Amino acid sequence: MINYILRRVVTSVVLMIIISVVTFGVFFMVPKLAGTNPAELYVGKSATPADVAATARKLGLDQPVYVQYGRFVKGIVAGRDFNSGPSKTHCPAPCFGYSFRNDRPVFPLLLDRLPVTISLAIGASIIWLIGGVLAGVISALRRGSILDRSMMILALAGVSLPIYFTGLLAQLIFVHNLHWLPGGEYVNFRDNPIGWASKLLLGWITLALLYAATYARLTRATMLETVSEDYIRTARAKGLRERVVIGKHAMRSVLTPIVTIFGLDIGQLLGGAILTESVFGLPGIGRLSIDAVNTKDLPVVLGVTLFGALFIVVANFVVDLLYAVIDPRVRLA
Amino acid sequence: MKGKGMATDLLASGQPASGGSRPSAPRSFLDVRDLRIHFNTDDGVVKAVDGLSFQLDRGKTLGIVGESGSGKSVTSLGILGLHRHSKARVSGEVWLDGEDLIAASDERVRALRGQRIAMIFQDPLTAMHPYFTVGAQIIEAYRVHNNVSKKVARQRAIDMLGRVGIPQPARRVDDYPHQFSGGMRQRAMIAMALVNNPELLIADEPTTALDVTVQAQILDLIRDLQEEFHSAVIMITHDLGVVAELADDILVMYGGKAVEYGTAETIFRRPEHPYAWGLLGSMPRVDRDVRDRLIPVKGTPPSLINLPSGCAFHPRCPYVGYNGIPCRTEIPTLAEGSDHGVACHIPPAERQRIFSEDIAPAL
Ligand SMILES: Nc1ncnc2c1ncn2[C@@H]1O[C@H](COP(=O)(O)OP(=O)(O)OP(=O)(O)O)[C@@H](O)[C@H]1O
Ligand SMILES: [Mg+2]
Repeated sequence: MINYILRRVVTSVVLMIIISVVTFGVFFMVPKLAGTNPAELYVGKSATPADVAATARKLGLDQPVYVQYGRFVKGIVAGRDFNSGPSKTHCPAPCFGYSFRNDRPVFPLLLDRLPVTISLAIGASIIWLIGGVLAGVISALRRGSILDRSMMILALAGVSLPIYFTGLLAQLIFVHNLHWLPGGEYVNFRDNPIGWASKLLLGWITLALLYAATYARLTRATMLETVSEDYIRTARAKGLRERVVIGKHAMRSVLTPIVTIFGLDIGQLLGGAILTESVFGLPGIGRLSIDAVNTKDLPVVLGVTLFGALFIVVANFVVDLLYAVIDPRVRLA
Repeated sequence: MKGKGMATDLLASGQPASGGSRPSAPRSFLDVRDLRIHFNTDDGVVKAVDGLSFQLDRGKTLGIVGESGSGKSVTSLGILGLHRHSKARVSGEVWLDGEDLIAASDERVRALRGQRIAMIFQDPLTAMHPYFTVGAQIIEAYRVHNNVSKKVARQRAIDMLGRVGIPQPARRVDDYPHQFSGGMRQRAMIAMALVNNPELLIADEPTTALDVTVQAQILDLIRDLQEEFHSAVIMITHDLGVVAELADDILVMYGGKAVEYGTAETIFRRPEHPYAWGLLGSMPRVDRDVRDRLIPVKGTPPSLINLPSGCAFHPRCPYVGYNGIPCRTEIPTLAEGSDHGVACHIPPAERQRIFSEDIAPAL
């Protein structure tokens, strides 16, 4: 078991290093391929070529890529100084770059936005996990019934309708027409829990709908497969009540694929969150990245990308651990 | 010496359901009468079991033999009440110790399942839940029917594992099924089935997935435990060799019906149904090369949706139309002979002659 965990940790770290090298390389190469000097992105439009060159030198952008990567990594560990303009700018560890547009290091920028994204993700995932799995189990047990069919049609609609459609529609109906939910700015949970929840509610539901559909279909399929397994027949032959046969024996097996895609989905949620956050005006990481792309704020884009990758790698790591908890064949292999 | 009361039972149960001469009170511990299990499928009605009757007393073993698809497993699941009402139509009577399980409520049958009737399944790898320890699964089986603490149930599970010959049971109890070898896993299955001292044990091809030496050990184990608990055992197999030593009575199934039913001695010494001859002839024996099996049962098992007309075995029977018998038009019934039921149109004296003159010498 210890061995298993250690192996997973090492794999995750190696993966993260590779991702950071590739990402860094891409961000280094893209401006070059586009024929622009990355330093141009840091100076005003009216800057002279001499200004650009000076900025490039100060930011180290004239150095070869491996030197820049080395400095970047060193910044993460020990912090880093940028000699931008007349003054020296300090970026404390962990330094994932410095956003000159926002005049702040990237890391605290991300940290600021993180609670919003996490609130969105956790709320939505609770709804879709419970809703999707429940719908899938009921569908499987009532296979072929009207309930089953309507739920599966709903699920199909759920996966096929894009967030900006369902999101905007929901916003239009519940916020603008019915006035059931407030518009306006996002508020912190600590300041106003009810305001926080009602601002996030539509986002949760829209995002959950998208994922719940997949979960319902997966749960239904796995459940149908599982109930015809020999060991379910054995459970019945022991005289167990149907409730226990389904709720304990079958659910235990259905859980495995659910945990797997849940881990992957949580990792990729950032993608879903970008759309959801912009549709519902939530100031999370997703919005930050859109703003950064719009303003060509490269350090922030790089930071968000790496952060997203980290999210995925960690989620995968957690899934691997959960696997071992769930499946003794993995744990004891 | 075996199959006590067979003659009268056969006469009674061999009648068609409409005969109306069935006795109302069952005399055997297990008395199955005219059991029918039909499935509605998209292609038509599958008559997996169609009018099956047999009896079994405590301490006795009944072997049910037949090819794949003859309805053996469907029969055993029917006795356990494990067919879903939505898919299967079950009719007939299954009397267990004076109680008709077909007429009983679902909850009543559930309470009996695992308690008085237990089952051992064919493949112990797939029949145990991969995510629960062997011990947990045995403990669960014990606690559904006994109101005892986890600790007591655990001790019981360890005792049972020791009883079925698993070394170091106190340690192995916490292992998962995949950590057991095939034979050990089947032993654990048996421990689980026997944890409540069931009075009726149904073993559905308990050794097919195992290699030959382990097979013999498992069969010995089942026999020893049966003697110890004095339970009735139904041993289901497609291999006559398995039931040769174990069974008191043997029921040969073909296409969802019994084609021959008698004591084991009768079935092995003087079988009368051409299908039983085929089964005997294809029995592997040490002194015979597999290639010169005498009468392999040619052809394929019948479709249970469109059974051949008349005798279901007629397309594969070497004696079809023998002396003008109506194989293709009339369904033969089982009730013939004194201690021995044979569903065949060939007259009994002729069958016995054919067996002793043509079949037996070549076996
Ligand atoms: N739930 C079901 N729905 C429809 N048909 C079924 C169902 N269960 C079994 N059958 C059919 O009933 C027939 C008898 O099956 P059964 O499993 O009893 O055979 P068997 O004698 O046990 O064979 P084997 O030696 O292969 O185990 C088969 O043709 C099978 O396809
Ligand atoms: Mg079978």
